[in-house]
Amino acid sequence: MSVTARNLRKNFGDIEALREVSFDIQPGERFGFIGADGAGKTTLFRLLISLLLPDGGEARVIGLDPVADYIELRQKIGYMPGNFSLYPDLSVEENLTFFATIFNTTVADNYLLIRDIYQQIEPFKKRRAGALSGGMKQKLALSCALIHQPEILFLDEPTTGVDAVSRREFWDMLDKLKTTGLTVVVSTPYMEEASRCDRIALMHRGQILDINTPEGISENFEGELWAVKADQRYPLLKALRSSPYAKSIYTFGDEIHYTDRRDAWNPEELKSWLESQGLTQVCIEKIKPSVEDTLISLMNHGDIDGGMESTETNDEPGKNR
Amino acid sequence: MTENNVIEVSELTRKFGDFIAVDHVSFDVKQGEIFGFLGANGAGKTTVIRMLTGLLVPTSGFATVAGVNLFTHAESIKKKIGYMSQKFSLYDDLTVTENIRFYGGIYGLSGSDIRNKTGELLNRLGLTGVHDRLIRDLPLGWKQKLAFSTAVIHDPDLVFLDEPTSGVDPVTRRQFWDLIYEASERGTTVFVTTHYLDEAEYCDRISIMVDGRIDALDTPGGLKRTFGVSDMDEVFVTLARSGKKRTQGQGSDKPAEGGIS
Repeated sequence: MSVTARNLRKNFGDIEALREVSFDIQPGERFGFIGADGAGKTTLFRLLISLLLPDGGEARVIGLDPVADYIELRQKIGYMPGNFSLYPDLSVEENLTFFATIFNTTVADNYLLIRDIYQQIEPFKKRRAGALSGGMKQKLALSCALIHQPEILFLDEPTTGVDAVSRREFWDMLDKLKTTGLTVVVSTPYMEEASRCDRIALMHRGQILDINTPEGISENFEGELWAVKADQRYPLLKALRSSPYAKSIYTFGDEIHYTDRRDAWNPEELKSWLESQGLTQVCIEKIKPSVEDTLISLMNHGDIDGGMESTETNDEPGKNR
Repeated sequence: MTENNVIEVSELTRKFGDFIAVDHVSFDVKQGEIFGFLGANGAGKTTVIRMLTGLLVPTSGFATVAGVNLFTHAESIKKKIGYMSQKFSLYDDLTVTENIRFYGGIYGLSGSDIRNKTGELLNRLGLTGVHDRLIRDLPLGWKQKLAFSTAVIHDPDLVFLDEPTSGVDPVTRRQFWDLIYEASERGTTVFVTTHYLDEAEYCDRISIMVDGRIDALDTPGGLKRTFGVSDMDEVFVTLARSGKKRTQGQGSDKPAEGGIS
């Protein structure tokens, strides 16, 4: 195993940032932790890379204990934190040289590994890192995290706040690394990025709700999911919410996703009822739940009323960083 | 100003030295509309928002926001609009009531108006029981509701939401959009930016900025038909990639954009 974690626990005062988290990550795997702010992703990464001590449980990263073997561990891992952590007053080239030097190596020795990524910013190597665009900062940060040829790479929310095109480009860069067999542990709040991972863990409020492949994760979705469309969305949303049979109702792109309380029911009846409420062009079809549908379903799990209001009353206070 | 337009922008341009951040942009936003303002990082969105909120003087063009001319009366815009971003909204070290009083004060409400509004907001948001709690101790969903409500505490014609749902979980994000729908139903115009393209579908109309220009402006359905694709993600990627080619063809790369948030 590249990473094993057993019952990892971390509290900050009253806040349980991580509650008994366990998982295994295989060598060469790209493993994604998917969850929003406050889910515990950053705390988990910091425990694994020896920047925080756990309050309970234990972990092994490439065979090393982050608590006992932290000096050795830090030399063998690459880490790209969520906030831009390079030196803004140093140039692109100087930043890269700096990171190579502190790991007792040189840029030339490791150029092959970063070539595909670094070539894209090399024309700007004299520019101060602070003056780079967001996408170029990312490429530099990834180059710096790779320059000492780590055995495993931790990327904490590398695409947060980045536009959809740059996000795709970042994942394309990771695809190129895939051929090197490097294990990549990555976190993201964007559900659609789950499909770019080999396996994912859905996180919420310090817990892992499920671990599976991006395709397999919806196996745990309870019941049947239906997509409902009509000419006007907000009136449709309000009408569905007034239905006594609705279990959960939420917007999803240009559709509304709907689950029913009954085991057996007729979509044609729902359609007629919606039309009697003044809606037109009503269209109802059964669909396969996405990663986001599954997370919403797991977040509402155990709450009979489901719905949008259920998760907020016991939401985790504060953030973990 | 045309009767139903809250924002009217024509040939709006902003240069920083030689760099044209916003390049002859024109669009209107109607009263009560939910207007999605999208674009890649560095496309010029933040510069437009800074101009429309009276924080940055345009280089040329014409624009009115809530009937106020941006070139001549930029300062008075600030009283007529609300503004909220994910990064900066409420003060963690102040209580719920103190935050409401603070925002009421800076938006120019009188003492009695603030007292009335405080009671009304606490009731409507179900926060009466936690009115003296510090903001940092509140769950994210509550903070978001309160942040939105304080941004519109002075009943503005128009509210600017700059990535209001960034990093927020899928359930809380949808709760936040319920607030947007409600505000829109009450007639408040909503001008919103987001990196979540499923949220673009929730807007009445969307504009997409590429390299300082607005390359597309239509309803979500209209844009998908125009580009012959099934979701907004594809529309966005197609447009933004065309922009990148343009930029790379000129052999230049833009510096990071300074933001107000």
